[in-house]
Amino acid sequence: MGSIRADGIQSGRLAPADYEANFSDIHAPFSKHEAFVESERCYFCHDAPCQTACPTSIDIPLFIREISTGNDIGAAKTILNANIMGGMCARVCPTETLCEEACVREHAEGKPVKIGLLQRHATDALMASGKQPFKRAPSTGKTIAVIGGGPAGLACAHKLSELGNAVTIFESKDKLGGLNEYGIAAYKSTHDFAQREVDFILSLGGIEVKTKHALGCNIDMASLRKEFDAVFVGVGLSGVNKLGLEGEANLEGVVDAVKYIAELRQAKDLSALPVGRNVVVIGGGMTAIDAAVQSKKLGAETVTVVYRRGQSEMKASAYEQEIAQTNGVTLKTFAQPAALVSENGKVSAVRFDETTISAGRLTPTGGHYTLPADMVLTAIGQLFVPDGLGGADALALEAGRIKVDAERRTSVKGIWAGGDCIAGGQDLTVAAVEDGKQAALSIHHALNR
Amino acid sequence: MADLRSNFLGIKSPNPFWLASAPPTDRETNVVRAFKAGWGGVVWKTLGDGDPIVNVSGPRYGAIHSSDRRLIGLNNVELITDRPLEINLQEIKKVKREWSDRAVVVSLMVPCEEKNWADILKRVEETECDGVELNFGCPHGMSERGMGAAVGQVPDYIEMVTRWCKKHTRMPVIVKLTPNITDIRFPARAAHKGGADAVSLINTITSIMTVDLDQMSPWPVIDGQGTHGGYCGPAVKPIALNMVSQIGRDAETRNLPISAIGGVTTWKDAADYIAMGAGNVQVCTAAMTYGFKIVEEMISGLSNFMDEKGYQTIEDFRALALPKFAEWQHLNLNYVVKASIDQDLCISCGRCHQVCEDTSHQAITNMVDGKRKFEVKDEECVGCNLCAIVCPIQDCITMVHQTKGTDPRTGFAYDRPYANWTTHPNNPGAHSAE
Repeated sequence: MGSIRADGIQSGRLAPADYEANFSDIHAPFSKHEAFVESERCYFCHDAPCQTACPTSIDIPLFIREISTGNDIGAAKTILNANIMGGMCARVCPTETLCEEACVREHAEGKPVKIGLLQRHATDALMASGKQPFKRAPSTGKTIAVIGGGPAGLACAHKLSELGNAVTIFESKDKLGGLNEYGIAAYKSTHDFAQREVDFILSLGGIEVKTKHALGCNIDMASLRKEFDAVFVGVGLSGVNKLGLEGEANLEGVVDAVKYIAELRQAKDLSALPVGRNVVVIGGGMTAIDAAVQSKKLGAETVTVVYRRGQSEMKASAYEQEIAQTNGVTLKTFAQPAALVSENGKVSAVRFDETTISAGRLTPTGGHYTLPADMVLTAIGQLFVPDGLGGADALALEAGRIKVDAERRTSVKGIWAGGDCIAGGQDLTVAAVEDGKQAALSIHHALNR
Repeated sequence: MADLRSNFLGIKSPNPFWLASAPPTDRETNVVRAFKAGWGGVVWKTLGDGDPIVNVSGPRYGAIHSSDRRLIGLNNVELITDRPLEINLQEIKKVKREWSDRAVVVSLMVPCEEKNWADILKRVEETECDGVELNFGCPHGMSERGMGAAVGQVPDYIEMVTRWCKKHTRMPVIVKLTPNITDIRFPARAAHKGGADAVSLINTITSIMTVDLDQMSPWPVIDGQGTHGGYCGPAVKPIALNMVSQIGRDAETRNLPISAIGGVTTWKDAADYIAMGAGNVQVCTAAMTYGFKIVEEMISGLSNFMDEKGYQTIEDFRALALPKFAEWQHLNLNYVVKASIDQDLCISCGRCHQVCEDTSHQAITNMVDGKRKFEVKDEECVGCNLCAIVCPIQDCITMVHQTKGTDPRTGFAYDRPYANWTTHPNNPGAHSAE
């Protein structure tokens, strides 16, 4: 790629064709033949470890066997029955730490069955057929409000509607999909897949959607509880952690990585999206990696991810780290930001203190270094903001997020919660889908006994 | 270095790998390519008399594949040669002259009249080929005209035609048998009575490969219809191997030389047939799947096996496995094996547990002390071998012969002496040893 090597934050660093190539599908989908061959590798294990490792317990051996017999549509039904977002999860799940890590062939030969790609093969076939394989049960007459149209809310809504309940989704943004639409890296969800999946889920019927409805702004919990038989809260994490450094709020070039990714995902023209020449990303999770890789793909000359602990402590999996590295991103560990250096109101560098683990604690070594940066992306974690959830119906929190029981019931009767906003959440699409599904089953059971 | 040279009925070839009478041996071009590739001999594709037959111009072959499209079984509706007799005879003569160290046997099929056989044998003799093979096996197309399997299914006809052939030619006569019968020993005995120098088997098995569910027709579909064809390839080998051994063990035919045919794909398949008594092997499907080059693997594999075992010639190990065949009632009922799972090799797929639990004797655990673990329960294990067969890891599950102690399943000592069903107390027809 021939990038424009100008300092500062610039758009149009690449030729138009480079943008298309850089943001195309990170994994080419299987051809029919590849899917057949790969499906044959599955051993159809007893009490399959892959299925146990899947947060939504997809019957993986069964759907792979269905693919091997030419029954892609049946395979997709098996998947979606357990996980209505099986299509997106096939694209974004860290399979290397879930099903594929548990695959006995990983144990046997270090080459697991490519479960993610097989799942994508089957779900793509169903999406291409345009069929909605589920039917709604006769109406129960019950109504449920779902706050937040992300993976947890959509999964909850689909299951509730399937069981015969009437659902209304309240979403603060313009579009449904949550992080699938605004968060994950563009090259993992090409061709507007997030919205196509939303459309597929809604095509079941029985789900009313109200966008631009935010709790605490134009809706309130007390009214919802009066109007609906139950409420599901799947509002995600709307806040971000701050570095706590001077200039963070006002220096030009210091950007919240979550916002930056959302902007990128919504951009109609990537060449109009500005990116720095020397980008420093602070953090060690998926957001940091996604922001770093996409900055590089937008034409940044150097992109450095700096994380205060070691690589093995990074929340981004080894596989994600490898994606970053093979895309030309430098990973630097054991250093934390000490100061933002600026020139004329713009960030120009970041000074880091080197760190080490001493007696189990992160401690500065006394060493430090400075990295030049005209763009700093901060990705040191997101926060649950309990806006509109306080007052008389305040939900009990645990470690800053909503406390739920095994059925995703909150401390308040009639309110369930799931997704990233609940305590113990794994910040994964697949975990959010499971929360939504379990909450839906619990709600349905509670309202229809 | 093992000596792979073969002498079958006095027909000499540099190795025991012949190409069977089939599409690969239809013409000079193919046969010369085969000889250049290293094949020891060919049985020229079946000649007939009268006007050449006509083949369908739709698909002739059907197959069964694994998911990665490895060919497991093949079937065909091709008939005998569709080229003029004269051209075939000229080419056979030329090829034999130019490749005198290779075996050239000619397959024949003519109507069941002595004159037809006498006439064609005279003409074939003029080619100076090494012998003839009587095609009594072809299960489609020709059998409806009273030839091929129609003869092979009636032992009296086999004997009659074989006798004519022996009367009218000095060449060795090999009778090719059809497996589409209930007991292969009867046609083999008939061939022997008629004076056959050898039998070759098996020809293809009558089969319908699959149904095209869109066209609702047997597949392959020829203009909206399908028919049965002859089944061959790796899938048929176990059937053929049993038939070869039946002829080798039969009192009347035990000395009758056998050219084994049926799914020979690797050197191991050839070694299996030879160990069960065959003098050489004939190959078709493997060549039609991979081309003639595979003979190199067959030659090197068989040679390496013989070197490792210390066999100098094919005869050194021919039929060595045959005496180990016993009828079921003579198997030792006091021989006890138990499955043993090598925990270091086990990848915990659990298939052994699943199949034993669902379909056998509930003799393999799935949990030990609350952990996923697969262990054999000796008190339930009958030593059936199913777990070892379904295990995806080679040598992970083995069947271990038990010699010391007591079988917790039966309460009997492991070291009881040989005893079989013929003397078992539960056998109403048992004869006492006393």
